[in-house]
Order: sequence, then structure tokens, then C-alpha cells
Amino acid sequence: MIELKNITKKFGGVTAISDLSFRVELGETFGLIGPNGAGKTTAFNIITGNYTPTSGKIIFKHEDITTKNSNKIVRLGIARTFQNIRLFSSMNVYENVLIGFDNHIDYTFFEAVFRMPRFFKEEKKFESEAWEILKTLHLEKFAKKPATSLSYGNQRKVEIARALATSPDLLLLDEPAAGMNPKESEELAKILDEIKKDFDLTIILIEHDMQFVQKVCDRVLVLDYGKTIFEGTPNDMLKDKEVIKAYLGDFSA
Amino acid sequence: MKYFIKMFILVSLVIGAIYYAGNYLDSYSVMVLSNLGIFIILAVSYNLINGVTGQFSLEPNGFVAIGAYVTALLLLNSEAKIDQFMLEDPSPLILWMNSSFVPALLVSGVVASLVALTLAFPVFRVRGDYLAIVTLGFGFIIRIVAINQTEYTNGSMGLSAIPQYANLMWIGIFAIICTIVILNIVYSKFGRAMKAIRDDEDAANAMGVNTFKIKTYAFMTSAFFEGVGGGLLASLLTTISPEQFSFMLTFQLLIIIVLGGLGSTSGAIVGAVVVVIGSEWLRFLDEPNLFGFETEAHPGLRMVVFSAILILIMLFARRGIFGDKEIFERDGRRGSKS
Repeated sequence: MIELKNITKKFGGVTAISDLSFRVELGETFGLIGPNGAGKTTAFNIITGNYTPTSGKIIFKHEDITTKNSNKIVRLGIARTFQNIRLFSSMNVYENVLIGFDNHIDYTFFEAVFRMPRFFKEEKKFESEAWEILKTLHLEKFAKKPATSLSYGNQRKVEIARALATSPDLLLLDEPAAGMNPKESEELAKILDEIKKDFDLTIILIEHDMQFVQKVCDRVLVLDYGKTIFEGTPNDMLKDKEVIKAYLGDFSA
Repeated sequence: MKYFIKMFILVSLVIGAIYYAGNYLDSYSVMVLSNLGIFIILAVSYNLINGVTGQFSLEPNGFVAIGAYVTALLLLNSEAKIDQFMLEDPSPLILWMNSSFVPALLVSGVVASLVALTLAFPVFRVRGDYLAIVTLGFGFIIRIVAINQTEYTNGSMGLSAIPQYANLMWIGIFAIICTIVILNIVYSKFGRAMKAIRDDEDAANAMGVNTFKIKTYAFMTSAFFEGVGGGLLASLLTTISPEQFSFMLTFQLLIIIVLGGLGSTSGAIVGAVVVVIGSEWLRFLDEPNLFGFETEAHPGLRMVVFSAILILIMLFARRGIFGDKEIFERDGRRGSKS
């Protein structure tokens, strides 16, 4: 599905990511774990085209996407959410989701200006599709509320809804459960399971909540200061010496 | 179809009102209203790029000047041009230019939006304050070109005796067309994408919005109507000179759209009404014997009072009269109506 080959990213003298390689197969849920500043979000930004890597290659569905612009990468089927929620603040929840459909709503500028029949047809079609997505994420009762007035947990769900609207094959979730209480994160795990089946998704997620990771991820990769220190199943990760050292410090000394 | 019926009723009512005003009001009021119509066109189109798309650009005086000069040169016949060009003989291109009124306006709009297209490439490489500076520079360049390219523009002498085809009805019709077109853009996927760019350009890009393309659409549409508005202005005033298109014009439009609420089309219209009608209405302040006291004439007092009112509005209603909502939108509801 997607493969990163020897990705290195340097910002001036700082190496944010060094020699990162992994492969995610179709239908997998892959976790990207690591302490703060390990380079997880940088990895997402590289995949989605916000940064170009200093060296290395990204292959998505047999295509090299290393240097592509982010709005082209969305069209190829990679969507993301943001760690620090970035909803469109002047719009309501429903309109935020509609933005995700931007590439699929098919009418030209002039058809919009002169209100041609195709404008009404397409708007109607995607109105119902947006509601469909809102229902899957249990957001329909908030649809007409300003997006930024929602609770933190619900805003994260709106971000997921907006990403789903781009009809992705690969969904990148940056700390989806952050700021949620245990009940909410349990509900989110269930929702992720549902949308994965409904939309045939492959998911890569960054998360600090280890219980959540154990519940939803098939495989994880642990980063520390840009270096890969572990790759395997979540259960093995919790026993791994290197991982414990990165998170809790080295007690043997 | 509901949309077209509603539009038809609304438009006929407005046209009726304009017809009534044009026939039954005195010529001073008609002139003020014509001026108002032009400012509505300029403010509504400027609001598309500055308010809706959130690109803080300061270029409208440039596009208005382009529109005014193109229309003026198309409407003047070749004898009038030879007569008027004192500093240098008009270039053959200028002598060849000739058309009737509506085509002249459309050509003005198209020329302005083509200039906007070429300008988009350097301008949209930068954001925020830098964008403001680059577009401000463009406005100055246009004025300097108008002063120095004497074989095309007759320099600082300007152009006069432009046939006065523009009247309240024409201006009203173009103001209606402009408002409808802009609202149709705002309430479509393009408008949504523009607002998304204003709120968070990177997030919009990450959702697959081609931000450069959308910004260019907004810029070109805005330039088109600023060009048309400039053409109407030239044909209404019958004389134009480079000094009319200084930064003060942009500044005035900026006041209008900030006053009405950045991003609100109805706000731009109301802002234009307040500023244009308000500055006419306050004229009595300039005259002698104010409020029955025996005083001398004080030219400029009107602007002082006007500025004070603006400062008060900005202090107590920072987001303008309507914020970024429209007059017909309540409780934060906005979005696709059909």
C-alpha cells in the first residue's frame, strides 16, 4: 500500500528523522509511537507533501509521491487529521465536511456563476453524502453548529469526518484520542473499526494512549529522536527494553 | 427552479426602485446614487478577495484605473483623441480602439482580469503582510504608468469629454449582476474553498483544495468587476486623470468593507451606503453658520466627524456591522441553499 524507503529529514543542523523505512499493507492499522519530538508528525508531514524529505523515497500504490504537492497527494487517496486541530473556524461542522468533497464535486466555475443545472445536481448529491459521513461519526446533531464551538473530542471527530470526505484509501490520524476521556476514546476505537470496514481504509496513526494503541493497531513502529527503535506488534512493544528506555529512562546505570 | 423565481422577483423589485429613483429624484440625488452604485460594485468585488478569501490585497485602485482608461479610450472617437493628446501623439493602437458602451465595459473587465491573472503568479507566492505590500506596489505602478505613458494615456492631463453613457439604470444593472455573480460564487464549492483558505490555508491544501487556483479565481473575478466599475466611473464622470486612482480610493474601499464586516457581501453593500451617503449627508458641517452659530466655513470638518464615527464603530464593533455573516443568515447557519 505505502512504503517509505530510507527517509531522512534535516532542518538545518537538526535531524528530525533519520533513515526511516516501513511498509504498511492494505487494510492494516499501523501505529507510529514515540516520545515528544521523536519525529512522528514530521513523518506525517512528509507523507502528505507538506515537507519534502532530505533523502529517501515514498511509494504509494506503486507511484513515487516524494515530491508531490499536498493537494495532489489528497487526490491520490491520502487524507490526514491534524494534531493541533485545524478546523475551519468560520464554518459549521457540515461545511467543514463539505470542504473534504472539494475534489469530487464536479462543476466548473462558470457553471457555479450562472447556476447551471449541474450545480444544483452536484450540490444535492454531496449534501446527502456529507450527512452520511456525519451519521457514521455520530455528529449529525452538531451539523449546524460552528465547528470550533464543539468539545475537543468532537472536534477531533469532525477532523476525521472531513478527512473521510476526500474518500481516501489511506488515512493518517495524528493523535486522534488526545483530549478524550476513556469512554470517548473507547467509542472512537469502535468508530475507527466501523469506518475501516465501511470505507476500505488503511490507517496510520500517531498516539500516546497505549491502551488505545493496543486496542486498534495491528503493528507499531517506535521512533526516538528520529531513529527507529522498534517495529512489531503492540504487545511485544510493551516488553521491549529499548522502548521502555526511551519512555522511562535507563534504570540499569 | 425556486432559486430563479426568487431571484427574478428580487431583481425586478430593485430595478423598479432604480427606475423610480432615476425618474423622480433631483439630479443631485441621482448623481449620489450613481456614485453609490459604483462603490457597491467596487466594494462587493473587493470583498471577495479581501474578505471572503482573506488575502489582504491593496490593489483595487490599479484595476479601477485600468478599467477607467480602457473604457474611456474605447468610447472616445479618434478625432477627440487627436484633439486631447497634447503631450504626445496617440499611438496607433489607441486611435484604433473604438467600441460602444457595453462591449467597452466588458473589455475593461476582461483586460483587468487578465492583468490579475499575470499578477497572481508573483503575488500569491507570498502571504499576509507581504501580499499587502506587493499589491500596494502594483497600484502605484499603474498610476505611474498612467502618468508617464503619455502616448497611451495623455499623462497627467487625463482624458475628458468621455461620452456619458453611464446612468443610474446601467450602474444599477451592473451592480445587481455583480452582486448576484459574487454571491453565486460564495455559495458554491469555490466560495467554500475561499473561506477555507481564509481560515487556514495549509489545512485547506491538505484537504485537496488547489489553493493557488482558488485564489486566482477570486482575484480575477474581483479584478473583472473592479474594471467594469472603473469603466462606469469614467463614463459617469466624463473626465479621468491619474490622480483619481491614488491609494485613497483603495483606502476608501477598505473602510467600506471593514465597516460592513470583512467577508460579508451584504456588509459591503451596507458599508458602501453608510460611507457614500454618510459623507454626502455630513456636508452641512462644512458650511458656514453651523447649528445657528455665526461661524466661518470650515472645509474638512465633515471628514473629521466622519473619521471619528469610523473610529467609534471600529472600537465598539470590531468585526464590522455584520461580522462575516450575511444579512439573511441567522444563528450561524450558512451554507448550500438551493
